[in-house]
Amino acid sequence: MEFAELIKTPRADNVVLHRPFHLAVEGTLCLTGHHLIFSSRRKDNTEELWLLHSNIDSIEKRFVGSLGTIVIRCKDLRIIQLDIPGMEECLNIASSIEALSTLDSVTLMYPFFYRPMFEVLEDGWSSFLLEQEFELLSSVTNEWRLSCVNKEFSVCPSYPPLVIVPKSVDDEALRKVALFRQGSRFPVLSYYHKKNGMAMMRSSQPLTGTNGRRCKEDEKLVNATLRSGRRGFVIDTRPLTVAQQARAKGGGFEQEVHYPQWRRIHKYIERFNILQESFIKLVEACNDQSHNMDRWLSKLEASNWLTHIKELLTAACLAAQCIDREGASVLVHGSEGTDSTLQVTSLAQIILDPRCRTIRGFEALVVREWLQAGHPFQQRCAQSAYSNSKQKWEAPVFLLFLECVWQIHRQFPCSFEFNEHFLILLFEHAYASQFGTFLGNNESERAKLKLPQKTMSLWSWVNRPEELSRFQNPLYEANSLVIWPSVAPQSLQLWEGVFLRWNRTSRFLEEAEEERINIIKYNKELQAKVNALRRQLAELETDGQVQEDGP
Amino acid sequence: MEHIRTTKVEQVKLLDRFSTSNKSLTGTLYLTATHLLFIDSSQRETWILHHHIAAVEKLPLTTSGCPLVIQCKNFRIVHFVVPRERDCHDIYNSLLQLSRTAKYEELYAFSYNPKQNESEQVKGWQLIDLAEEYKRMGVPNDYWQLSDANRDYKICETYPRELYVPRTASKPIIVGSSKFRSKGRFPVLSYYHKNKEAAICRCSQPLSGFSARCLEDEHMLQAISKANPSNRYMYVMDTRPKLNAMANRAAGKGYENEDNYSNIRFQFVGIENIHVMRSSLQKLLEVSGTRGLSVNDFLSGLENSGWLRHIKAVLDAAVFLAKAIAVESASVLVHCSDGWDRTSQVCSLGALLLDSYYRTIKGFMVLIEKDWISFGHKFSDRCCQLDGDPKEISPVFTQFLESVWNLTEQFPQAFEYNEAFLLQIHEHVHSCQFGNFLGNCQKEREELKLKEKTYSLWPFLLSEQKKYQNPLYNPDFSPELTLLEPNTVSFNFKFWRNMYHQFDRSMHPRQSVFNLIMNTSEQNKQLEEDIKELEAKIKQRNRRSDVVLVKEQERTADPAPVALKSPPCFQKEQPPMPVNDAVRTIEGSNTADNRYSELVSEFSKAEPAVVSLEYGVARMTC
Repeated sequence: MEFAELIKTPRADNVVLHRPFHLAVEGTLCLTGHHLIFSSRRKDNTEELWLLHSNIDSIEKRFVGSLGTIVIRCKDLRIIQLDIPGMEECLNIASSIEALSTLDSVTLMYPFFYRPMFEVLEDGWSSFLLEQEFELLSSVTNEWRLSCVNKEFSVCPSYPPLVIVPKSVDDEALRKVALFRQGSRFPVLSYYHKKNGMAMMRSSQPLTGTNGRRCKEDEKLVNATLRSGRRGFVIDTRPLTVAQQARAKGGGFEQEVHYPQWRRIHKYIERFNILQESFIKLVEACNDQSHNMDRWLSKLEASNWLTHIKELLTAACLAAQCIDREGASVLVHGSEGTDSTLQVTSLAQIILDPRCRTIRGFEALVVREWLQAGHPFQQRCAQSAYSNSKQKWEAPVFLLFLECVWQIHRQFPCSFEFNEHFLILLFEHAYASQFGTFLGNNESERAKLKLPQKTMSLWSWVNRPEELSRFQNPLYEANSLVIWPSVAPQSLQLWEGVFLRWNRTSRFLEEAEEERINIIKYNKELQAKVNALRRQLAELETDGQVQEDGP
Repeated sequence: MEHIRTTKVEQVKLLDRFSTSNKSLTGTLYLTATHLLFIDSSQRETWILHHHIAAVEKLPLTTSGCPLVIQCKNFRIVHFVVPRERDCHDIYNSLLQLSRTAKYEELYAFSYNPKQNESEQVKGWQLIDLAEEYKRMGVPNDYWQLSDANRDYKICETYPRELYVPRTASKPIIVGSSKFRSKGRFPVLSYYHKNKEAAICRCSQPLSGFSARCLEDEHMLQAISKANPSNRYMYVMDTRPKLNAMANRAAGKGYENEDNYSNIRFQFVGIENIHVMRSSLQKLLEVSGTRGLSVNDFLSGLENSGWLRHIKAVLDAAVFLAKAIAVESASVLVHCSDGWDRTSQVCSLGALLLDSYYRTIKGFMVLIEKDWISFGHKFSDRCCQLDGDPKEISPVFTQFLESVWNLTEQFPQAFEYNEAFLLQIHEHVHSCQFGNFLGNCQKEREELKLKEKTYSLWPFLLSEQKKYQNPLYNPDFSPELTLLEPNTVSFNFKFWRNMYHQFDRSMHPRQSVFNLIMNTSEQNKQLEEDIKELEAKIKQRNRRSDVVLVKEQERTADPAPVALKSPPCFQKEQPPMPVNDAVRTIEGSNTADNRYSELVSEFSKAEPAVVSLEYGVARMTC
């Protein structure tokens, strides 16, 4: 298919662009296969706006006489408006944008066409391999092994080819366990707590069904993570009633009789369609500037967004607490084990593991616990808060995770190597990107699409020193401690960097941030200078002494 | 002290207010003439000033002892458990007596002695000079003059002696107008904007009833509008909700009839009265004090309390006022009922938006002295300094500070002072430790001879101003007299956690960017000094070694290779700037007691009850 077929009008002149807090600009609008490009013609102030079609969440057209207006709502929550003279042109452009922003074939997406303008220093596709992770693990324990039971995705389609499992369990047993877990997602290692040797595993629900089916191998596998005489905790992200109902559909939960060493805790985390609704409501509330205080607060409340944040943080703290404080191993799962499970396991690692608070470590966490672990990015991030599609696959699961990280970041602003912009960047790229990283729903799909060969990895770009510097937190000082955030409502805040980003001018806040960075930078310069001077003086003094003591 | 029956109780438990696991510290409770002091087993001290106590409550006896809950005006809430009921009863009764003072002379300020001599005391009181401030604003001038009408408090008891009025307002006009205004509070100058030649004036409501008029008062307003050469009309802002103002007419009070006053534009701005504000704060505190609060209960509680709505109303009014002056060059007359609560809020905030001087540490002190203290905001009644009518208590001044805090959040570089400064002022408005806020008006303060018998807060704050400086402050942020235009869309207003949970450390960020930046900025100054010093030394050395070197070269042609020797001084050298762990990791106004590592160990000590896993329900308390 040629994109040209979809572009009915490639160019329109005298288009007026409206953006909040900017003066309206007149210019030319061009449509290409992947971008909407607006450039103003004024000589004194040439401005260009490049918008990926895949970033467009919804478009709306209105007419006043022959002047057409297109309102474009983006997945990064920005809203722009284009006034296009001529009804036909406007209609053509609108329908072209609509077609181009809803391409159903992945291989037509921009990452397959994007040619990077930078030199690749390190191929991001091979930056984070599980082998490396395992190497680190083997240096502290020999209780685990790297299994390639899922080679060619033959056992579990949503798992990567390599997984880390207890050494005492062989591949044959893993295959049997896979049959006992939904989607074949058998328990695998998510995190090993070096401090006390406790492990966090993740899986999907066991398929116990109504007659209480059991699987000896499954029991053996999870028990293999326990120290003798110690107990473990199963954190089920569904309420008990939901877990019980799941039995009727063949699912279920670990029953005490068969897992006597495990204590089950049900910690409810909302499912995806409810989260999507919550996201839509929150964005609606934030976008209406006319709300009086009461209405704003009640809309904020009705969105339930911060409730989800609190629930999620609480569940993650709980998992972390079981591991670090109770000295127990943990198994986390919900139903499929691809959404709330990953939120909990990845956040618990942020709390427990200082490495995850570095840029590289956080990237590795996203790769390991989200991409390789089979979070269906393509389904979840197909639409953002302005969608009206009733597909019900979409959900801001990853955004919620990022926001929880932001909330912890706010409480421990010196403990993270990256800054808020890094989290916002990941939010943007999960929804629309020139990079192939977030395409596909799991590693198997990515392999089929040949993404590593055909597209550029986000990490290849972001890990270049010149890009990286934008995402570094100047306040960072490595902190090897477990960081326990407060989950009191008074301690949680709306993530203004995402939700109010386009709704107010943040010039003064940005300038203040710059000033903060300057103070820190200046401090480092001064310290270096003082040290250099001290050394110089010391040398002079020795010099003097040598000469004075000389012959 | 006659009220103190027991001075020391041992084995008292201090419960964590928000812990669901009854986490507690054990220690000894001491009762002194001025403070209640708790020292826990690790020698940490909690001081509570008797004047800060808003309420003491004895809860029913439990197995572990008798619970005593103390609520403070600075929003600290402490929950003690005293082992023996009799001790608890004694302390309870003593605190009831000690926290309710009947006479000003018994307040802490009259016994507090910061070891200053008399001249220091006098100088301290002279630090803020309002005459100087009016001069800074540009009055007296061709249009405005100092009036001696109230020199002996004869016209208005609650105004200061020195008042600025339009030159054309003669004494009879002043007297006539004052008779037509509640409590005699006639229109006077509060702030003069010298670039726009426009003025903020303040007064109380007119005694207009349904139809009464007063020619002198009309002349007075006319004089004010004529004192502004750049704009003929003036605004009259009634800061009350329209309904309240109308209700007042039945009592012979009310608001200005636009038909009777020429060239006025009348405007209601709808700030609620002191009773609404009191109950609003009450509701807010109830919500924020709930244990195990859910997000939705918090948000709906915040909404139902109306607190942020009120803060927004106050700030909206101030923005209206400031814009009238800065944009339209129109003078504005502000009043409410008596003109000492809402009027003080709006006038002072308006001036703060207009004039960057009030965004400096000294300027903010001046602003408070002028619009709040001198114009008779009833600090004594509103803050309940003496045992009085509980219906007079209201957080009007707290709202003012909160509005300023909201502005500092929006304009992080516009203010010389920081949040700690606002919190400290709030602390001392209630502490009765300094004389500034005692009493209800200047006349009362003079009668109490506060300047001889007590000390002023301001020099004390200035002496430790390092703590209150905003490291991000940029004096060039807004050139003098350019308007600060805050965004007052609802989502900009936030719950002021550091005020209402100032003492609930567990809710605060564990690391404070603010403290870090502040300390780094402080360190930078020190480093700059160090560099100067080192450079000087090196220069000196160089000069000396040049001389030596020359001599040396004369003596020997082969000097020892210096680089290969390890310089003894270099070894002795101090480690490059100590990385100040304390600075990086702690947060809080009480820097000393809040090291991050301690906080962590505290958490680990609290184990294992933090999560009640037994019931399959997890509750996080950290």
